[in-house]
Order: sequence, then structure tokens, then C-alpha cells
Amino acid sequence: MGVSILSVIYIVAAITFIIGLKMMSNPATARNGNTIAGIGMVGAIIGTIFLFKDDAGANLRNHAWIFGGLVIGSVIGVVMAKKVKMTAMPEMVSMFNGLGGASAAVISIAEFNQIVNNDFTIKIGQVYESGYEQLVLPVTAGTMIILFAGLVLGSITFSGSVLAWGKLSGKVKDFAFKGQHLVNLALLIFAVGLSAYVTMNKSEVSTIWFYVVLILSLIYGVFFVQPIGGADMPVVISLLNSLSGISAACSGFLYNNKVILTGGILVGAAGTILTILMCKAMNRSLVNVLIGSFGGSQSAAGEKGSMQHKEISLNDAAVVMSFANKVVIVPGYGLAVAQAQHTCHELQKILELKGVQVKYAIHPVAGRMPGHMNVLLAEADVSYEKLMEMEVANEEFPSTDVVLVLGANDVVNPAAKHDKSSPIYGMPILDVESAKMVIVNKRSMKPGYAGIENELFYQPKTSMLFGDAKKALNDLISEIKSI
Amino acid sequence: MRSIFEWLSANEQMIYIVILVIFLGFIVISRVPTVLHTPLMSHANAISGVVIIGAIIVMGRADSNNYAALILGLLAVIFGTINVVGGFVVTDRMMEMFRKKK
Repeated sequence: MGVSILSVIYIVAAITFIIGLKMMSNPATARNGNTIAGIGMVGAIIGTIFLFKDDAGANLRNHAWIFGGLVIGSVIGVVMAKKVKMTAMPEMVSMFNGLGGASAAVISIAEFNQIVNNDFTIKIGQVYESGYEQLVLPVTAGTMIILFAGLVLGSITFSGSVLAWGKLSGKVKDFAFKGQHLVNLALLIFAVGLSAYVTMNKSEVSTIWFYVVLILSLIYGVFFVQPIGGADMPVVISLLNSLSGISAACSGFLYNNKVILTGGILVGAAGTILTILMCKAMNRSLVNVLIGSFGGSQSAAGEKGSMQHKEISLNDAAVVMSFANKVVIVPGYGLAVAQAQHTCHELQKILELKGVQVKYAIHPVAGRMPGHMNVLLAEADVSYEKLMEMEVANEEFPSTDVVLVLGANDVVNPAAKHDKSSPIYGMPILDVESAKMVIVNKRSMKPGYAGIENELFYQPKTSMLFGDAKKALNDLISEIKSI
Repeated sequence: MRSIFEWLSANEQMIYIVILVIFLGFIVISRVPTVLHTPLMSHANAISGVVIIGAIIVMGRADSNNYAALILGLLAVIFGTINVVGGFVVTDRMMEMFRKKK
């Protein structure tokens, strides 16, 4: 009876996951969707603790340990989630991805130990109408493959995410050595080959090799994220998200548990879609993102000497913006770094008081994760109806008087349209140059994260407003007030 | 080779689920607008924490003197819980910000 109630709970949980994701498609229902999936998850967890029967038909033991882990994890999780700044969301999501991967990898390790202790047999409980029967079967190659898949994918997700977290929070610098991609490929092939070898000769080979695969996967995770530049982070985070789902799905196979499988595959699909969208937004293939260490060497630094940029004073900037009909703000990662989202909203309000129409143009890869800018502006109470996606924005620019670029760089670089030698050639960009005037706020003339020179800054239409985004905006607001 | 086929047929239902859920996931998630991509990701994150059920099973079947298994299980449970709880809470926090204006 208990087991069948648990099945019902699992089915309901799987349905809540799907409904939750479906409700994410509308800002008005998304919050409820999140709550519904959360309730399904809690149900599945509680149900597992009290109703799950192990291979011998006994209930789960060690409740103190289980609840201890749940309490510790909940406290850490709530504190992290409540304290995180919206600007630090990409780091946070990377960390969570990594922990999910770690959990899947640890499960594989524990199950492997269990299998070794049982001399490569597995006990399977079967429920019949007449009662409960326990089967002892030799471990199949399929189980071993799943075990290794969970281990390899989970460890890669874990170490890759931790490194992504370090890079996003500025603790780790980009680093690549010559031939790194070949080393990476070799590492991966070695790890997979070793897994296959252990699978085929499981009872003869030393269990040490299992742990060698673990270590190789961890190293691979680090090496695979390490050379990827900051501008490509949205792709990497989406990919790691997808991997964390797939490694969870492996555990679903291991326990023949359909709710873990459903949840894991859903997340795998979500991450894959986001990865594809992000790659499309940059007009690059996934392989190109992963192996093409972005930036630096290829940029045409030679032309720079002959070009002159011009600066605009705060006063002039304030005047042109207050007397404009339409102003479009293009936010980028610089806005997040300067924590300037609230000040930005203030600027919007004060301009609107002066009768200026203000909108925002959001490039799909602005920031460090999909939708990063949307969350920041939502935090600052900017209505999401004011946010335009790239296609819409590009139609609006010709009728726009002033475009204010706040800490964005590559997403407005016209070189993407005509300079075949540019590393970002072909990437769809925001056509800010079709507006009447462009004001670019940057800290200095240094090239952006991708290390590419931006010719927009040297065009006659463009004026530079140097300084930290938050300070510049504050000064701009007080100037506008004094007009 | 034979054992792989045996495994496939033993897991036939699971494989059907994988295939159907992949398509279902693609359809459902393609409809999520760009505005909500960050919450979508943290929400998906929380769901991938469903692996915690596996962690609970590891822990719950370990002998109470098998400390290796208990500690591994504890780690997996803690990691999974942070993932689940943190993911849902942070998504809720974000969604609250989105809804305020509407």
C-alpha cells in the first residue's frame, strides 16, 4: 500500500514539474508555477523518506541523518537565496548547478561502493500481488554505464560550475595554454575509455580506476570552462544547467525512479534550449564557443591610433536627453558591476517627468547569463513592458533621438555587421548607430571583456561619457533636475 | 553487447519517458519569453535538485555503522537540498520583483 501511495506522489510531483515549467511562460503565472513545483518536490522528498521500500522491502533507516542533511541544506540554501544580490545571480546559479552535479556524482560513488561490497550483484525488490520478492542479479553493463555517466557528468558539472562561479565573481582569471583543447579532448577520451574498460572487466580490475575516472572528470570540468571568456558565460551557464539535469537523470535510471528521470530530463531540455538560444544570439556554434577562446589576439588594434573619440560633458548630455522625444537605454554587464539598476530607473522616471519617452533595449546575451538584464531592471521596479527585445529595438532606433549605452560593448559593435576579420562577425547586434545620437557610458576607452576594439565609439554620432555607471547616472540626474 | 540489449529492454519504460519528456520539455520551454530566462534557469535548477531523492535512498539504506555511505549520503543530501531550496526561494524572490509592477 505504502509503495503504491509513493507511486502516486511521484506521478503528482512529475506533473507539478511540468505544470510549473509551463507556467513559467508568463510573468503573471510564473510565481505560482514555481510554488506548485516546489510543493511537488517537498511531497516527493517526504514521501520517499517515509514510504520508500529498499531492496529487502524494509523502510528507509537513518532518519536522523536524513533530516540533519535536509535541515543543514535548507538553512544554507535559504540564506544564500535571500542574501544574493541580483547582480550576482549568474554566480549563484552556477553554484547551484554545481551542487546538483556534485549530488549526482556522490550518488554514483556511493552506489559503486555498494555494488563492489556486494561482489557486483544488485538486489532488486519486486512487488507482486502475492507479496514481495527480492532478486539478486549480476550488475549489467547498462547499470555500469549509467553509473559512470552519472559520475563523469556530475563531476564535470561540479568542477566546471565552481570554476564558472570563481570566474564570474572575479576570483579566477581566464587562462589558456597552447594546445589546451587537445589536452581537454585527450582527458575526456581517457575518462570515457577508462569507464568502458572498467565496465567490461568490472570484477577483475581494481576499484582504484573508478576514482581515477572521478579525478579525470573533475580536471576536465576545470579545463573545459577555464579558457571561455566572460562574454561567452551565458552559453556556459546554460550548458552546465543542462548537464546538471542530465546527470540527475542518470540517478533516475540507477534507481529506476521515474520522477528523478522526468525532472532531470526536463532540466536537461531547458538547459539545451537556452544553450541553443544563446549560441544563436551570438551567431556562433557551440563548438566554436567551447574551443574558440574568445578575444585578445585577433582584434585589429592597429587602426586605433588614427581614430578619435569625443567626450560629452554631463551638462550637454543632460540637455540633449531632457529635450529628446525618445531615449533608449542599452544596459550591459557594466550596469550590473556598478549596481546601477536603481539609479537607471530613477533616470528613466525623471526623464519621463520631462515628457521624454524612455525604453530599454535588451540584447539576448547582455550580461553574464540568459535574461540577466531583465532581472536587474525588474529588481529596480522597471516595468517589463518598457523592455524591448533586439528585433523590436532595432525597428525603434531610427526614430530614437538619444541612445544611452550603459556598460554594454560587444552587443553594440557595428564590426559584427561588416568586419569579416572581427571575432564577433555575424553576431546580431543592436543597431544603435541608426539613432540620431549615441551616448556611451564606460569607465575608460579600454576594450570590453572580449578584448575587441569597438568602432562605434569613434563615430561622429557617438559621444563618450566616462565614469562608473552609477556615479555618472547620479550626476546626470542632478544635472537634469537643475535644467 | 548482449547485456546492453538486455539492459535496454529491462529499461524500456524509462527510455520511453526520456524520449517523451525531451519533446515535452522542448515544447513547454520554448514558450518561455526572454524576460523570464533567468528565473527559468533558477527554477530548472531547483527541479534538477530532484536528484536528492536518490541521495535520500542512498542514506536510508546504508547500515547505521557504515559511516562511509552515511557521510557520502549526507553530502549528497546537503548539496541536493541547497540546490532545491535555494533554487525555489531565489526564483520566488525574482518573480516577486516581476509581479510588483503588473
